Amino acid sequence: MMSELLDLNLVEASKALKNKEISSLELTKAYLKSISDTSSLGAYLEIVEDKAINMAKESDKKLIDATARPLEGVPIGIKDMFCTKDIKTTASSKILENFIPTYESTVTQNLWNDGAVILGKLSCDEFAMGSSNETAAKGNVINPWLKNKKMSPGGSSGGSAAAVAARSALAATGTDTGGSIRQPAAFCGITGLKPTYGRCSRWGIVAFSSSLDQAGPLTRTVSDAALMLNSMAGYDQKDSTSANLKMPDLMDYLDKGIKGKKIGIPKEYTQDGISEDIVKFYEKSIGWLRDEGAEIIPVSLPHTKYALPAYYIIAPAEASSNLARYDGVRYGARQEASSLDEMYELTRGNGFGDEVKRRIMIGTYVLSSGYYDAYYLKAQKVRRLIKEDFENVYKKVDYILTPSTPTTSFELGKKQDPLTMYLNDIFTVPASLAGLPGISLPVGLDKSGLPIGIQLIANSFDEAGLISTARVLEMSAGFNFIADGAAK
Amino acid sequence: MSNKDTIVDVPTVNKIARLSRLDIPEVNKESLTNDLNNILGFVAQLDEVDTSNVEPLASVTGHKLPLRSDDVNDGNIEDLVLKNAPESSSGFFVVPKVIE
Repeated sequence: MMSELLDLNLVEASKALKNKEISSLELTKAYLKSISDTSSLGAYLEIVEDKAINMAKESDKKLIDATARPLEGVPIGIKDMFCTKDIKTTASSKILENFIPTYESTVTQNLWNDGAVILGKLSCDEFAMGSSNETAAKGNVINPWLKNKKMSPGGSSGGSAAAVAARSALAATGTDTGGSIRQPAAFCGITGLKPTYGRCSRWGIVAFSSSLDQAGPLTRTVSDAALMLNSMAGYDQKDSTSANLKMPDLMDYLDKGIKGKKIGIPKEYTQDGISEDIVKFYEKSIGWLRDEGAEIIPVSLPHTKYALPAYYIIAPAEASSNLARYDGVRYGARQEASSLDEMYELTRGNGFGDEVKRRIMIGTYVLSSGYYDAYYLKAQKVRRLIKEDFENVYKKVDYILTPSTPTTSFELGKKQDPLTMYLNDIFTVPASLAGLPGISLPVGLDKSGLPIGIQLIANSFDEAGLISTARVLEMSAGFNFIADGAAK
Repeated sequence: MSNKDTIVDVPTVNKIARLSRLDIPEVNKESLTNDLNNILGFVAQLDEVDTSNVEPLASVTGHKLPLRSDDVNDGNIEDLVLKNAPESSSGFFVVPKVIE
């Protein structure tokens, strides 16, 4: 019975709950068991069993008296970047190891308001800075694919991606600054959607790079992503960059098809260094969309090459400013010292990991007197050119298709230097800088049996069209593999 | 991708660490300096781009920051505000002495 419960994806489970074929309590218990069965992956930082059981019981009441809400009774996991009231929220950092928020993030509150059940908090790279989950203070998460080889789940939402792929969460939240939802989704053979900047409120999400950070779902299917984002998105007065635009019900767009739609294929995304198997599946994906009636149009995004260098100025600059709040005074860990400055330096030196320190240092340098124009202002100018590249292309096409990552997952612990690690996000960063919505979905396996992700990028606020197109690609690809490390 | 130019040296790293209020152990300074040089060398590619007539882009939203009326709407939560403080007293955050 447990295996049958775990076989249901989010949309199917939601339907079975509403038809009273299953109860939220049995579904939630199956997932709690699954968390314990897959605990060696290290996806969860905190499991809230009692709360999950109570929420499931509440949901079962609503399911019986027919007042069920859109996500009634579905057990999900939350990336540890979201503040959850009375539940420890660490952003995978030692400096927040004992932080218990007194308030709830808007996105998670939206999910609870729609009936979802929390299972626990999911590991990520420290402050979402990383692409392999190896910067997490409590150690990396293991990808459930080729489990014995200990592959990276990607990052920063590595715990979220691993949990969904391992069936220890029916769905999960993530945050994406330069690829932190899409890259781990690609590495773990699941779907990850980064909405348009402004679609989901940033209020109550631990801030990394505020002009880029955006929350989104990690799920098994495109329909599941639509159902999750329906609840997560929405205008919020508490986030000054929140978009006051109503998002249509994404579930209405699943079967719209793509006949007559124009798909752009940017020539800059098939460069040296990209794996052969990924190129093969990229070409297959282009063929599938053509077969379904889309028009394939070669396009150029000439400043693509400069997206990563611009990102590695802008994101650290904003991070250095955002992370100034960890001063050992208002919350977080404190190292005792005799003077205030020494207290700051010891607290921060001891509380932050190496990657976070590197980024704070880079950010502080590029914002410092004498270097601001040469680095920060320059990067902001290049950011405009990157955004204009997309604007020009969207005059000619409806969607852009690219690989999600240049390679599939890599082995953990093979120390990569910081710069090589940054190159993981080469295909996801451009859409982040332009604020555009993107989705990564699995389309096949490479020679070693690791999932391959393909990315679709839509114009601003066209999540509905993104879902329609992704759904067509998903149906054509027919990816139905399950990770060997998944709960049975 | 290795960068032969030295953009920052150890004294500069010390200065940035001070500005960042980060205690960096002496043994880590050399490797940190190398990492920073590699990263700064990489981002220096942007010099190739002609941005002479380009305005910097700070926000992609295109909308003006909304204003709200200046009302107190979350007051009287002193306990919650102080709940996570490493040290507090009589409704205040406590820090090491800053004046003699």
